[in-house]
Parts: sequence; C-alpha cells; structure tokens
Amino acid sequence: MILQTSQLTKKFGGNVAVKDVSFSIQQGKVNAIIGPNGAGKSTFFNLITGIHPPTEGQIFYKGEEITKYPANKIAELGLARTFQTTNLFERATVFDNVVVGHRLRTKSNLFDAIFRTKRLKREEETCKEKALEVLDFTGLSNVSDQLVANISQEEKKRVAFALALATEPEIVFLDEPTAGVNPDETEELALLIKKMAEKGLTVCLIEHKMQMIMSLADQIMVLNYGEKIAEGTPEEIKNNEEVIKAYLGGGSASA
Amino acid sequence: MELLLQQLFNGLTIGSVYSLVALGLTLVYGILHIPNFAHGALYMVGGYITLMMMTNAGLHYVLAIVVSIIVVGLLSVLMERLVFHPLRDSPPIQDKVAAIGILLFLEALAQLLWGADYRQMPTPFGEVVNVFGLTLTLQRIIIVAAAIAVMIFLYWFLKKTFIGSTIIAMAQNREGAALVGINTNKVAILTFFIAGALAAIGASLTSPINLVFPGMGHLVILKAFVIIIIGGMGSIPGAILGGYILGFTESIGATYISSDYKDIIAFVLLIIILSAKPQGIFSKGGA
Amino acid sequence: MMKLLNKRNIILILILLAVVFPFINQNQYYLHILTLAFIWTIAVYGLNLLAGFTGYLSLAHGGFFAIGAYGLGLLTVKGGLGFWLSFLLAPLITMAIGLVIGLFALRTKEHFFAIYTLCVGYIIYLVIDKWESLTEGVRGLIGIPAPEPIGPITFTTPIAQYYLTLVIFLLVVLIIYRIVHSLTGRTFIAIRNSEELALSLGISTKKNKLLSFVLSTFFAGLAGAMYAGFIRFIGPEIAYTTITFDLLTYMIVGGIGTLAGPIVGTFLILILSQNLQFLQDYRMLIFGPLLTLLIIFSPRGIVGFILLHYSNWKTKKRMTIPKDQVKEG
Repeated sequence: MILQTSQLTKKFGGNVAVKDVSFSIQQGKVNAIIGPNGAGKSTFFNLITGIHPPTEGQIFYKGEEITKYPANKIAELGLARTFQTTNLFERATVFDNVVVGHRLRTKSNLFDAIFRTKRLKREEETCKEKALEVLDFTGLSNVSDQLVANISQEEKKRVAFALALATEPEIVFLDEPTAGVNPDETEELALLIKKMAEKGLTVCLIEHKMQMIMSLADQIMVLNYGEKIAEGTPEEIKNNEEVIKAYLGGGSASA
Repeated sequence: MELLLQQLFNGLTIGSVYSLVALGLTLVYGILHIPNFAHGALYMVGGYITLMMMTNAGLHYVLAIVVSIIVVGLLSVLMERLVFHPLRDSPPIQDKVAAIGILLFLEALAQLLWGADYRQMPTPFGEVVNVFGLTLTLQRIIIVAAAIAVMIFLYWFLKKTFIGSTIIAMAQNREGAALVGINTNKVAILTFFIAGALAAIGASLTSPINLVFPGMGHLVILKAFVIIIIGGMGSIPGAILGGYILGFTESIGATYISSDYKDIIAFVLLIIILSAKPQGIFSKGGA
Repeated sequence: MMKLLNKRNIILILILLAVVFPFINQNQYYLHILTLAFIWTIAVYGLNLLAGFTGYLSLAHGGFFAIGAYGLGLLTVKGGLGFWLSFLLAPLITMAIGLVIGLFALRTKEHFFAIYTLCVGYIIYLVIDKWESLTEGVRGLIGIPAPEPIGPITFTTPIAQYYLTLVIFLLVVLIIYRIVHSLTGRTFIAIRNSEELALSLGISTKKNKLLSFVLSTFFAGLAGAMYAGFIRFIGPEIAYTTITFDLLTYMIVGGIGTLAGPIVGTFLILILSQNLQFLQDYRMLIFGPLLTLLIIFSPRGIVGFILLHYSNWKTKKRMTIPKDQVKEG
C-alpha cells in the first residue's frame, strides 16, 4: 500500500462526482480503475494528483497526508500522471517536449539562465540524459528529433508516458492511456505498461478497454456514479453481480 | 437633493448607453466565447455613420440611426464571417489579437475618412424640459426611453420568437444546439448583427450629448467589459443591470468624489472583483 | 556558400551592420529612427517573453513602458537624482509594481487576463494623466537630462546615444536568448503549452508565471527609461493603449513566441512607416488588417512563416540524403 484514499468526496456545486471512495494502491502492481462514462474516474485521478482539492476525505502517500498539497508538490513527491489528451507541444521535437519532464528535479533559476552557470549546464545535461533514457525506455529513440505534429497518435501516447517517467516517479497515473489508438497499438502500449510495472513502478490507470484491463491489471476498482461498487482481482470483478448490473444498466460497457 | 436627483438621472442616461453596448458584447460572448475587443470600434463607426447621414446626406436623426444600425450590423456580420468564424477553433490568444487588428484598422479608417477632430452631433431633440422640478434636455429623456424600449424589444425577441430563442439555446449549450438542428452559423450571424445594431444605437443616442471622434469607443468598450464581468459573461440581465449600476456609480462618484477620476471607477471595480474572484462573479466554479 | 550563411554568421553580420551603420549613413534622422527601433524592440521582447513564451497576453505593457519612462523622468527632474542611478531604479520600480499587479492578475486566465491587464493599463494611463501635481499631466514632463558621461565617454551626440542604445539592446537580446534556451525558458514554454500538464510535471506554475510577468515588466520599464533618456520629453500618451497595441502589432507581425520576431516586426514596421510618409497617421490601415490576416494564416508571424518553410525544406532534403548525415536541427 503505497497510496491510500480515505472516504474521498468531491462535489461540484450540487453534483457529487466522487463519493466516499476509500482505495489503496498496491506497490509495484498495475492498479486499474474502471467504470461507465461519467463514473468519476478522471475526477478521482484529479483529486489524488492535486488538480482539484477534495471536498472531504484524505489522501495518504507512504503514510504522509498529501490531501491539500498542490499538484506540483505532489509530482515532486513522486506521483506522475498523463492526461486523456496528451497536451504536447506540437511544433517542438519529441526530445524537446520530454526534456522539461525532469525540470522538477533541478534547481537552476533565472540567475543560472542569464549567466549560464556550471549548475545550469550540469542540470541541462542531466535533463537531456534523462530524456534520452526515458525515450529509449518507451521505444521512441528513433523519432526523438521529429516534430510531435508529425508522429502517430500511439507515439504521442508514448511521449506522454516518457514525460511522466522523466519526473522520476514512484507511481504513474495513466488516464485512458490507450484512448484513440487501434487494437494492435493498444497491445503495444499494454506491453509498455507491463514493462513499467516490471521495472518496479507502481501503475494506476483508468481504462475503458475491458479485455486489456482484465489481462493487465493486478487489482481493479469499479466506480459507478462516483461510488466504489467493487474491488478485487480481474477474476472477482468479472463475476461481480453489481458490476455486471452497472455496466448493463449504464449502457456504455465499452467505448 | 436636487443635485442628487440630477445626478441619478445622469446615471440613468449613461447607464442606458452602457447597457446597450454591454448587451451586444455579452451576446457575442455568450454564443462564441470571444471577448470582442473590436466592439468599441463598431460603436465608434455607429456614431460616425449617423453623423454623416445627418450632415452629408441630410437625413433626419431617426432615419440616420436606422441607416447606422444596418451598416454597423452588416459590418459586425462581416467581421464574424471573415475573422472570427475562421478562428473559432484556434488557441485563445488568436481571436483577441485578430479583434485588436480590426479595431486598429477601423479607427485608422475613421480617421482617414472623417478626420481626427472631435465632432458635435446635432439633434432635433435639443430643447430643455422640466420634469418633477428637474431641468433636463429632451435628448437625455430620449436616450433613456429609447434604450429601455430597445431592451424590452430585444427581450421579447429572444424569449418569445423562435429565431430569438435559438440564440439563447446556443448560448446555453453550443453542441446541444447543433444536435437539435439549430444552424449555429446562422445564429452567429444573427447575434453579430444584433450586437452591431446595439452598438450603433448606443453611439447614436449618446453622441449629441458627447462627441464623435475616432477614439470614442475606447473607454466605452472597456467599461462594457467590466459590466459583463460584473454581470456574468454571457448573461443578458447581468449586462443590463451592470450597465445601470456602473452608470449610477460613475455619476455619483463624479459629483461626490472626483470628476477627474470617474473613469477609473469601473476599472478599479473590475480589478477588485477579478482579484477576489478570478473567474468572474458568476463563474460556475470547479472544472 | 551555405556554410557561410549559418545562424551565427548571420547574427555577426547583422551586429557588424548595426555597428558601422552611423559611418555608412550620415542621415541623423535615420539614426534617430534606428535608436527608437532598438528601444521599442526591447519592450516587445518583454511582451513576447510573457505572451509568446508563457502564453499570457498582457495588454498593460504600454503602461509599464510609461512607468519606466516616468520613473526615470520623475527621479531625475523632480527627485534630483543622477541619470544613471535613476536609470537603474526606473526598471526596478516598474518590476516592483509589476510584481504586485502580477500577483493578482495572474490568478485570472485567458480573456479575463487580457481584460484585467487592459484595465490595469488604463488605470496607469489615467493616473499619469490626472495626477498633475506629480506627473504634470497633459503638459508632460520636460527637461529630462541626457545620460551623464561615464569616464571619458559622453552621450550627448546622436551617434553616442545610438551606440549606448545598441549596447543595451544587444545585452537584452543575449539575456532573452539565454532565458529562452535555459531550463527556465523551457519551463515557460511548458506552461504556455498546457498549465495542467506543467503542474503535473511538478512545475510551480504560479511562481514561474509571476517570474515571466515580472521579467516582462522589467524589459518594458527598461525600454521606457531608455525612451525617456533619449527623447527627454514624455507625456501621458506613452501610457495609452495605442502604445500597447503598437507593441502587440510589432510582436505579432514579427512572430509571437520566436526569438527573432520582435526585431523583425519592430524594424520592419518602423522603417516601412518612415518610408511611406502618407502612412504616418494611417499606418494601421495596413498593419491592422495585416495583424488580423497574419494571426489567421500565419499565427507565428513572418519569422514563424519562414521557420515553417525552412523546416519543410529541410525535411525534404533529409529524405534525399543518407540519414546519418543529418544530425541536430
């Protein structure tokens, strides 16, 4: 249990997006969150990674309460994330996009920039080495000097992974990592996610593609209307009455 | 007491014009989410067209206003078609810059065509009347009455006619409006026409008591932005109410605080509001 | 031939041109225009750092330019301070005011930020215009002294002023270049690209946006102080939105978010409007629509247009030559 939420609740105006969710993420495993559209999955991610403050409840990371920390502080602690839309800078190269990922581990400031100090040069080197390393890990070395605008959707997803990895995280949160890519490419990305877990990273992801989740995840939590309705291994989830009902009733079993 | 009443009436006059301009701005913002910085230029052109129609073409004030409404309305539509429509999916900096480009162009054009001087607009309603012991020019009464009539008409149009209700529908939900078969292009054109027309009416009404010059739109447009931020971006009642609130605040402030700094009131108000609530007063909060 | 025309050589040639210009061209008027162009370019660089590289379109920069100018003017004329001390203080004062405004303004985003800063610009203008006991209002501030001599170097002739401006200008370009190409610059660009993503990468967007804002007001203030020291007479109109919109036009025409853009835009427009005399008052008849057209068809201005076609051309070339020969762009 590297990260825990306790009765996490988020209200937007009168709407309850996430309600009383207590969940633990297991270290070194692939943890998945599934649920019909609008079940509050992304909101749950946003709460953990500090994008939105929760209305009620607490979040603990390695025993430390991080509930009220801002997003950048949470990233510094070792929680990285990707977004559904990759948000990359299209006009820059893949490499240039990824370099900034290691920025949070550096200390250079304006003074260093203006006087091009030794520290800046050293840290720029570190950032570049880190970028090369994560590009290699995500299998992007061959496109690293291409403009992001010119690479495929699947490659963009990998760049987003690479960026998250460049922050040297302990947990990576992947928000629908395979949305908008074809089945073959989904397979490839699933392999990459597995590779991340094998390397010792803790993975937590939101996904719609059931087949992929069932073969990939070690542990699954199911959200429906903002509430946790089930939790367990893929086997257990598959046979859970309530989950089946939610998916049939919700009408959007897969997207 | 009489001074106060006089100032309140002045506030009503200024407020009426502010409301008209802010209404156009808020309608456009409501459906396209564009802060149209060129709206002040439309206001300025509206003033000039009316003036020119009267002095050069010899039209009656009222007829001149009608011509001005049509010309500025069409100009506004042209702007939407040529500039904002092509930019509808662009990053947010671009539509603002484009609008500023139009603003700069129209001001330079006005200066070229009509010169940089401050010009007086004649009015057939120049006489002075006595109402409840107050001495008022008829023009000021006309401003208030006409503005209120226009607002009532607009309200009726938006709420009671089918075509008007499509504007409201699109302002509330753009995708939804498109889904139920509303032609969003048509609605955008219509909205820009109305916005232009309102700017022309506002400028034409107020010009006889102010002056016509190329930079006449600067303060008005900025104040209109303040108003729609106070009233809620896209809100129609908010624009009307905000316009009058600012009108009253300014005329009272000019009398009792300082007439030199009365123009600052609006901007300071905005700074305070946005500093406290960065997303505007009526933002929905959260995501 | 291609080797000779690399980036470094082009820059060196341009600097050389700027240095020898007063010897080639004896026309004082052109010297005056070029000096002004250098000053404006510095202000445009300030705006570009914030709007172009960090993604926040400020419409208050005319105001900050004026604060720098009035800072120098008031400190020398009314404060009785020496030129160089005032010249040092003026941009710092601008920065301090920028810091306070930035703290609040940066809580807003996109159009709220644009409207907020436009209002800030207006307030600065109105204060300068109305606070007559301090600023002399519309009468303007006259009698601003020229820079005092440093050792044997005096700054009384136009040529000396030209070189002084050129030196500061080159320094500013170097600083901007270094900022943009440093980790700090990459951080700004990440924020422009997506604040949400930047935050999740552990970047304190609040701190960095403020840094960019304050820096950009510093350059605006510096340009203002240089302007006041050069023209030696200032009026409230230098705080008006016209100046902000001029700066914006130079930036957009040259290329927002590019390093060469501010130079290209400012020099092109200033030189064009000088040569087309009839344009003086009506230059916005051409540059207004140009602004709108460029933002629709080439959002990164002239420089962006050239870069795009250059990189397309290079990509084409890349396909014809063996891959191992192409290294680093």
